[in-house]
Amino acid sequence: MSSSAMLSEASSWSRALVKISPYTFSAVGIAISIGVSVLGAAWGIYITGSSLIGAAIKEPRITSKNLISVIFCEAVAIYGVIVAIILQTKLESVPQASIYAPESLRAGYAIFASGIIVGFANLVCGLCVGIIGSSCALSDAQNSTLFVKILVIEIFGSALGLFGVIVGIIMSAQASWPSKV
Amino acid sequence: MYGFEALTFNIHGGYLEAIVRGHRARLLTAADYNNLCQCETLEDIKMHLSATEYGPYLQNEPSPLHTTTIVEKCTLKLVDDYKHMLCQATEPLSTFLEYITYGHMIDNVVLIVTGTLHERDVQELLEKCHPLGMFDSIASLAVAQNMRELYRLVLVDTPLAPYFSDCITSEDLDDMNIEIMRNTLYKAYLEDFYKFCQKLGGATAEIMSDLLAFEADRRAVNITINSIGTELTRDDRKKLYSNFGLLYPYGHEELAVSEDIDQVRAVMEKYPPYQSIFAKLSFGESQMLDKAFNEEEVKRLCLAFDQQFHYAVFFAYMRLREQEVRNLMWISECVAQNQKSRVHDSVVFIF
Repeated sequence: MSSSAMLSEASSWSRALVKISPYTFSAVGIAISIGVSVLGAAWGIYITGSSLIGAAIKEPRITSKNLISVIFCEAVAIYGVIVAIILQTKLESVPQASIYAPESLRAGYAIFASGIIVGFANLVCGLCVGIIGSSCALSDAQNSTLFVKILVIEIFGSALGLFGVIVGIIMSAQASWPSKV
Repeated sequence: MYGFEALTFNIHGGYLEAIVRGHRARLLTAADYNNLCQCETLEDIKMHLSATEYGPYLQNEPSPLHTTTIVEKCTLKLVDDYKHMLCQATEPLSTFLEYITYGHMIDNVVLIVTGTLHERDVQELLEKCHPLGMFDSIASLAVAQNMRELYRLVLVDTPLAPYFSDCITSEDLDDMNIEIMRNTLYKAYLEDFYKFCQKLGGATAEIMSDLLAFEADRRAVNITINSIGTELTRDDRKKLYSNFGLLYPYGHEELAVSEDIDQVRAVMEKYPPYQSIFAKLSFGESQMLDKAFNEEEVKRLCLAFDQQFHYAVFFAYMRLREQEVRNLMWISECVAQNQKSRVHDSVVFIF
């Protein structure tokens, strides 16, 4: 087996990593993809929501427009859910003999990486949109011409989550498990 | 961590920060002040103010208005805003908000002690106290004869207790001692507040350091100018200066030996931020110094609002509101005494 040929020169760490089942890596990747994305979305929503509530007391007109910031943050969570569902459909069972075949390991790592990419890209995207949304609400309360301009900044910020989703999906597209023989 | 406060500030402070920014947007503008300066009587002032945030506070006042009533009701608005914020705040914001009022407590203590020395009635003095600086046992200040008693009877239970370590003597209270006591207490308070802000760290520490340093330097200049020609020795004067700020320590050395205003000006002009203040005054003139300092302070306070996610906006709002009440008092007095030409001598526009 090719993996045992590698092992004779490898350190104990690489031996340990290679022995972790690719199913584990895949499952953890899927968990991170949805879990960390939702963390980012929730963080962003509370950052923007608390400022929005306080500012809306004196200026009730800002509430409806500024819900867009909350919707942008929410979109980040939806990206995480979509990618988690896609990754989950990529997870197949392989026969016992080929669990540690290089092809299986590659598929497991690909799903794991895809999950990390999407999860952390959405985490920072949610944070970014949340902080800008908070400033947007406070500025809109004082000067309503500023809203559209700050919204442009938010749109650029939410593009970060999309980049993560795109790369994650490309990464997971190549997750092909060895065929069942 | 400095730079990442945006991530966690809004958990406890987001709502209150938005509220304080809402209050700040409702401060009187230059257009409002122009309208108020055109008023002929105090009734006109009340009418103009009824369209602003002060409306609900003034509308029930009976017709012959006095300037003191206007000022009292406008101060009530500040107190209401403060109390609302204080009851919503959690640590450390609540401690920060309480620190802002200790200055008023010191002023109230000195007011009552001075008034008692001059045989005034305690109730009358209590009415003149600033509402933000009231504490429970304040009325019993009238009983004390010297500073040790003052401390032991009343002040040991108040937040001002730690500031007294420098100024407990057994001498009887007289006017000079009371002024020295006021300045010593204020010095200890400013240093304590400064250390507290440094402990909070981040943007709060940076902005508050600048604002408190300006306050300390301003007080140093005022102490110097007020003590020119009095019996206060140079060493005593130097002991009243705070241990931080732009002027510490070399400026303080020079200010301690200054004997007239031109020497003070020479000292201050070495510091670029204060050069602009003193450039507005011509030689030998000190009446406009207060207004120049107020303008500079207002400029710095407005700059505090340019950054989000820190506590200095609360301090800045309280100070700006107090400045506004002082403006209203000046305008009302000028209108009541029919001296409208002097209105612009002391009004500082915020926006």
